[in-house]
Amino acid sequence: MTNDDNLREEETLTMVTAINQTLMAEMRRDERVMVFGEDVALSGGVFRATEGLMAEFGEDRVVDMPLAEAAILGAAAGLAAGGMVPVPEIQFLGFSYQAMHQLAGQIARFRYRTQSRFTMGITIRAPFGGGVRTPELHSDSLEGQLTNIAGLKIVTPATAADAKGLLTEAIRDPDPVVFLEPLRGYRGIKGPVPTGEHRVPFGQARWAAAGDDVTIIAWSYQVEVATRVARRFAEQGISVGVLDLRTLVPLDISSIVAAVERTGRVVIVEEAVPTAGFAAEIMATINEHAFYSLEAPPVRVSGFDTPYPVGMLEDSYVPDVRRIEAAVNQLLRAAP
Amino acid sequence: MLCEMIKARIASDRLWSLQRQGRIGTIAPINGQEATTVGASWALDPAHDWILPQYREPLGLGRYGPEVLHRFTAWAIGHPQGGHIPEPIRVFPPQISLATQILHAVGLAWALKMRKEPAVALTFFGDGSTSEGDFYEAGNLAGVLEVPVIFLISNNQWAISTPTSRQTAAAGFAAKAEAFGIPGVTVDGNDPLAVMEVVAAARGHALAGNGATLIEAVNYRLGAHTTADDPTRYVPPEELAAAKERDPLIVFRRQLENRGIWDRAMQADAEKAGERAIDEAWAWASNLPLQQTALFDHVFAAPTPRQRQQRDAMTEYLGGAQ
Repeated sequence: MTNDDNLREEETLTMVTAINQTLMAEMRRDERVMVFGEDVALSGGVFRATEGLMAEFGEDRVVDMPLAEAAILGAAAGLAAGGMVPVPEIQFLGFSYQAMHQLAGQIARFRYRTQSRFTMGITIRAPFGGGVRTPELHSDSLEGQLTNIAGLKIVTPATAADAKGLLTEAIRDPDPVVFLEPLRGYRGIKGPVPTGEHRVPFGQARWAAAGDDVTIIAWSYQVEVATRVARRFAEQGISVGVLDLRTLVPLDISSIVAAVERTGRVVIVEEAVPTAGFAAEIMATINEHAFYSLEAPPVRVSGFDTPYPVGMLEDSYVPDVRRIEAAVNQLLRAAP
Repeated sequence: MLCEMIKARIASDRLWSLQRQGRIGTIAPINGQEATTVGASWALDPAHDWILPQYREPLGLGRYGPEVLHRFTAWAIGHPQGGHIPEPIRVFPPQISLATQILHAVGLAWALKMRKEPAVALTFFGDGSTSEGDFYEAGNLAGVLEVPVIFLISNNQWAISTPTSRQTAAAGFAAKAEAFGIPGVTVDGNDPLAVMEVVAAARGHALAGNGATLIEAVNYRLGAHTTADDPTRYVPPEELAAAKERDPLIVFRRQLENRGIWDRAMQADAEKAGERAIDEAWAWASNLPLQQTALFDHVFAAPTPRQRQQRDAMTEYLGGAQ
């Protein structure tokens, strides 16, 4: 820690409050910033992430949109081309299927198609992930699908401080960012957040826990779960590290390599369908860059190759402490 | 306007032959839609108003400068610079994913309104595109936001091989405006003066703060859908023959000749100018330099570490610095 960090003032916030305050700060800083989506203005958003914005910035900059996801993202593309800084919300990430042609076919490609004549400085906020007994399509973890779309940055904060630092960075980024907010984390994640301007650059993973025996690689809410696992192993004298990727695109390959070199044993946790998912991508990355540092085959703890299930089956689908512990134990038993 | 229509037809025919010679990729000819495209562009102010075309109209947007045809030709060749129409030209590149540009036009018009710029955004799309969800979402949103946008349906009667009767059971496409709460107008798309007039009215409506207009310009696709299409399989020959009688280039020329403001010499000059325009565009586009590593440019403002690795690997594979 530098002196500067020590002197820095902090306050304890939930993730949703950190997000709300960041939106406020960015709208105050730059009058081109616009927030729009379903129920974001009058009601302040279904999770209250945009509460108070309309009161301060007015109905022109904080806008309740007709219920049409493609319209939200398609209009965002036009606004960005017209010099605004759109921060649209997709109410739940699963609803983005209804806008995927605008996201993957348009927003992600505009800079490339026009060789930077039109750029898409858009931050698309969307809650995702399980554990809160939602109806169908409200909990799906689609980050693996999104990382397969060239031209999007995929950001997955796991702490309240990172929610602020990464959202600030996203809004100021000249390219499209999908900013994924964990449903369970809105109020379930709470922590110290630096007051004043706070930026976290993309592509720099964070050690949520240091460890020498096994590394758990995770992002978003699963960092919280993995950290609990690490604490339990620490009580037994086993050192488990947790690497929080923070951003999936761009990916911090060197930190992943460093983790493999340090522990030789790696668990990757994701809430999504495992086939062709992002954990598989990390495994491929490890194979390409750190294969000879492995002491055991890496293990994935994922959802399953099923649609995201209904509430009464949800706890068996979403990775939890028990499943991650079992994976760590499997690696500890593995002999090189 | 007639000069511009002739220029568009000549460019379209030239690109068609270049495709047949294997020198460019697939292109969609504009034949039959020149009056709609040129007439609409004539009602706009290139210094302020935006055009979001589909993929035929760039051939007829000479009002926005010769650069539009240059870039469109490069686009047809498959050069990445073809998609870059430089500042300050207020034209978007061709849109392939049908109807998506209608929403971009609404967003752009919204930005114009937010920035209090006295300008409109006009978007072209076809009869087929009106079946896409984006058309309805865009019309609805424009109605709600009251933004200065003009929706121009260039109804050429065919979506590749599907006739308009398979796109809608409505009395006409302009009728759909009613559901959006905006005015809807139908116009003869073979008459550039009529198209100019309705677009000018829609522009005035938008600039006065009254929001969007939906215009259906009725014309006829005189050629194939694209260079990859064989319309003889589905276009009734008698229908095509009748449409050729209404060919906007012939009808408008006759009209001007009858008024004594056009003659054979002017026609010859216009044709020469058209040949020159596509010659220049071809010369410019076919001489653009290109490095294969351009593949990696312009994905993001700055490449990711992974993109850098991939580009470096390609550079090495291609034999070091090019």
